[in-house]
Amino acid sequence: MADFQRFVPGTSGFLRRGPSILARSRIDLWLLLPVLGIMALGLVVLYSGAGASQEAIDKQIARYSVAMLGMFFIAQINLRELERFVPLLYVIGVLLLVSVLLFGVGAKGAQRWLQIPGTPRFQPSELLKLVVPLTVAWYLAGRPRPPSFLHTLAAFVLVVIPVMLIAKQPDLGTSLLIGASGVFVIFFGGLLWRFVLLAIVAGTAALPALWMLMHDYQKQRVLTFLDPESDPLGAGWNIIQSKIAIGSGGLMGKGWLQGTQSHLDFLPETHTDFIFAVLAEEFGLLGILLLMFFYTFILIRGLIIAGKAQDPFSRMLAASLTLTFFVYLVVNIGMVSGLLPVVGVPLPLVSYGGTSAVTLMLSLGMLMSIRAQRTSKRMRRVK
Amino acid sequence: MSWSNMNAKQRENDRFQLRLWVSLGVVLLVFVVLISRLVYLQIIQHEHYLTEAEDNRQQLQPIAPIRGLIYDREGRLLAGNRASHSVTLVPEQLWGGKRDVDATITQLQAIIDIDSNDIKRFKRRLRQPRKPYSSIPLRYRLNEQEIAKITVNQHALPGVRVEADLVRYYPFDDGFVHALGYVGRINDREIAHLDAVNYSDTHHVGKLGVEKYYEADLHGQVGYQTVETNARGRVLRVLESQEPIPGRNISLHLDAMLQQKAAQLMTGKRGAIVALDPKTGGVLAMVSAPSYGANQFVTGISSKDYGELRESDELPLFNRALRGRYPPASTVKPVIALAGIDSGMINRDYSIFDPGYYQLTEGGRLYRDWKEGGHGTVNLHKSIVESVDTYYYSIGHIMGNQPMTDYLGKFGFGKVTIADQPEALSAVLPTKIWKRSVRNASWFPGDSLNLSIGQGFLSATPLQLATMTMVMANKGEWHQVRMIKSMAGQTVTQVSEIGREDPLTLDNIELKRDSDWNKVHKAMVDVMHGRLGTARRSGANSSYQMAGKTGTAQIKGIKQDEEYDAEKVAERLRDHGLYVGWAPAKKPEIVVAVIVENGGGGSSAAAPLARQLFDFYLLGPSDG
Repeated sequence: MADFQRFVPGTSGFLRRGPSILARSRIDLWLLLPVLGIMALGLVVLYSGAGASQEAIDKQIARYSVAMLGMFFIAQINLRELERFVPLLYVIGVLLLVSVLLFGVGAKGAQRWLQIPGTPRFQPSELLKLVVPLTVAWYLAGRPRPPSFLHTLAAFVLVVIPVMLIAKQPDLGTSLLIGASGVFVIFFGGLLWRFVLLAIVAGTAALPALWMLMHDYQKQRVLTFLDPESDPLGAGWNIIQSKIAIGSGGLMGKGWLQGTQSHLDFLPETHTDFIFAVLAEEFGLLGILLLMFFYTFILIRGLIIAGKAQDPFSRMLAASLTLTFFVYLVVNIGMVSGLLPVVGVPLPLVSYGGTSAVTLMLSLGMLMSIRAQRTSKRMRRVK
Repeated sequence: MSWSNMNAKQRENDRFQLRLWVSLGVVLLVFVVLISRLVYLQIIQHEHYLTEAEDNRQQLQPIAPIRGLIYDREGRLLAGNRASHSVTLVPEQLWGGKRDVDATITQLQAIIDIDSNDIKRFKRRLRQPRKPYSSIPLRYRLNEQEIAKITVNQHALPGVRVEADLVRYYPFDDGFVHALGYVGRINDREIAHLDAVNYSDTHHVGKLGVEKYYEADLHGQVGYQTVETNARGRVLRVLESQEPIPGRNISLHLDAMLQQKAAQLMTGKRGAIVALDPKTGGVLAMVSAPSYGANQFVTGISSKDYGELRESDELPLFNRALRGRYPPASTVKPVIALAGIDSGMINRDYSIFDPGYYQLTEGGRLYRDWKEGGHGTVNLHKSIVESVDTYYYSIGHIMGNQPMTDYLGKFGFGKVTIADQPEALSAVLPTKIWKRSVRNASWFPGDSLNLSIGQGFLSATPLQLATMTMVMANKGEWHQVRMIKSMAGQTVTQVSEIGREDPLTLDNIELKRDSDWNKVHKAMVDVMHGRLGTARRSGANSSYQMAGKTGTAQIKGIKQDEEYDAEKVAERLRDHGLYVGWAPAKKPEIVVAVIVENGGGGSSAAAPLARQLFDFYLLGPSDG
């Protein structure tokens, strides 16, 4: 039977037991399923957070679709082959950031966008979220590991340049995330523990300097975070109202569309940065645990992919992207629940808004690509 | 690939795997922290935050009750409520929030008058703790034109509102305030004493008089509505509501027309008139002159106007009817005469020869009669009709402090006799104990002589004189003296019927011989109608009989530190004219006490006013 099949012309590769469609599409089901879960839950909450707006849902679904396509596309690329273009991407990215500072447009006192006539405006810092970990991984992969002090320093410089440029826009949230993604690569590149310690000490020592460099509104956010009651109607309002929204949700929540904090305008930014509070108010702790379950799934899957990746470049990148995703989560939830200062970081894959969702999906696409690279290699070996 | 190279690769891989495990540990640890935080907020602190969310969403809005109305005995409105508009600001709703307060005020000043006092008051309220999105009044009493101007410009004035409020209004403005009192804005001192819940939406409180005494009844019970509001304070819907219970209406014994007449008679004078209904004890009129308008106090009098009232040496703010302590002078003589004959210390036919003076001891000080040369032979009747001082020196000397003060006490001297005027004073009934404790001296025979003609230590308010006269006219029968006639339709004869504390109640006076009342009454009728009666001019040409007694109180002299103004001093040194009386003589319907400060003699200054009031009340305005 088997022999027969083997010799039927034109059927080789089709009837032969081999990589499934899923494997050939290079999609990782274990990453895709929680992402779909988060998106579904996200749409339900967004409908409420955006004030029962069908339009917001339609737009968000459109963004999700674009992001899905992006993820699928990235998953098809062998990142090793992309490696040689990384320095070029980095240079382009930094140049774009410089032009944002020179010609950028923006709102609310921040200059984050680049508008090339005839094209939709875009945010170069989003591009850097992917380029920075790629660049650092490329740099360290080509050097002996653990990296020497000089190489480590050089890697840090690669991180610090875009971080400073973005912080200057000012966009503290994004620069923080990008800085973290670069530092994670260095960490997984084998940075000696003593350097890790040194960095922590130096970082602590640098806090006062950072304080001096911060804008007034950023300082205000930190002060407000430390004592929100000091200005309950001003800067402390967001934190106080957000805590009330979460706390009043209780175990079961007030029910979909029933959140009083969300719907009576006590809670700010219900469809973007504070959407987590809407979830907490309307679906309670159970809703939150469901969301956290999906997130945990993604994080553990990401770490597994990193652990199984075969080459240093891939695994550094995979681990960094996973942990950056984690930082996203922690900064947003920490802010909304009053554990961290208010930093404008969206809740990954849930908050309304295009660029962040697309970038995140692209990074998940990279993870899928890395995983596919490993399996296809194994398949090749079997053959 | 060499062995050592393989080894290095293995080491590197091990290091990487270790770091992944460390990362996983950190991730899980942080998740535990996050979830603990959420459990803390949503489970442990759930009740607290739920309450806060509800407090955010729901506002309990108090609704002030409508203040009870005050009517006179004929149902004429004495105190009502009318809408008053004020312009208010909600600082949070201004274009630039609180920073824009000054700019907005400047903007408003271009349209309507706002003076520095308004702004000062507004700024003070702005600094006080308040609910977000609650409005603060900037100016009260807008007129139609100002309301229109603000409304037209509303689009350029976010956060500026015109709010209507029901405020007290006194249709009879001048001349009634000393009888009714008034309401005014609640001040910080009063807030401490008021029921915070019941007054949560009330801005005014009774400050004086009837308005103050019946505050609890007039105010009513606050209502509320629970409304759902959004973060900008906009009311979305009413969740629950409870209507306020309006205050109770009150009718007074006061006769608005008589009151007006009395006030008009006192125009340009200083003094007081109190008229009572002897059948009930109700106050028919109570005037203290000069007076002032009560309406200006409701919405807030300007400090300049208030200063003028306060600084005026005519003392318009002073309620003479309730608080003016005057020597009653000869008006007490009928009571002293009764004291003599009823106590048995003086024979009913006791008479003296009056040379125009009296001496306690031979060659001692002369106590002069008002008439030089004296009245000749004087009996009790003549002593009242012609107001012979010498007769009273004599019987006062015989009686001593008691029983004179006993009998004066039975007629209400030294006591607050009115039930519902919180400001009333008791004045002074100089018993021996009083003199010992206040003056630290013994009672001397000379004191008795002064007391017998209503001078010396004795003092009484116009209200007390009217009360005394009422008891006299009623032949000893007491009624509770009061403003109130009925509350919410229920007749009130004593304030204890409506849950208030009665003033010290006095027993009806039972004389040993009832005919003694007639004896004194007859003399008081002859004061008005007798050939030599001191008030015969006021009693002449009347279709009814009246009874009365004049009095002329001497002024002891001006104070040393008073500014010297020859004309003014001369005027202020003149005697006070007093009169008490009732009419008709046999069947009293109205009792009047009149005091005209520095008016000269009682028969010329006070008695004619009383006659006009009698005529007005008994015969109607056409004859007056």
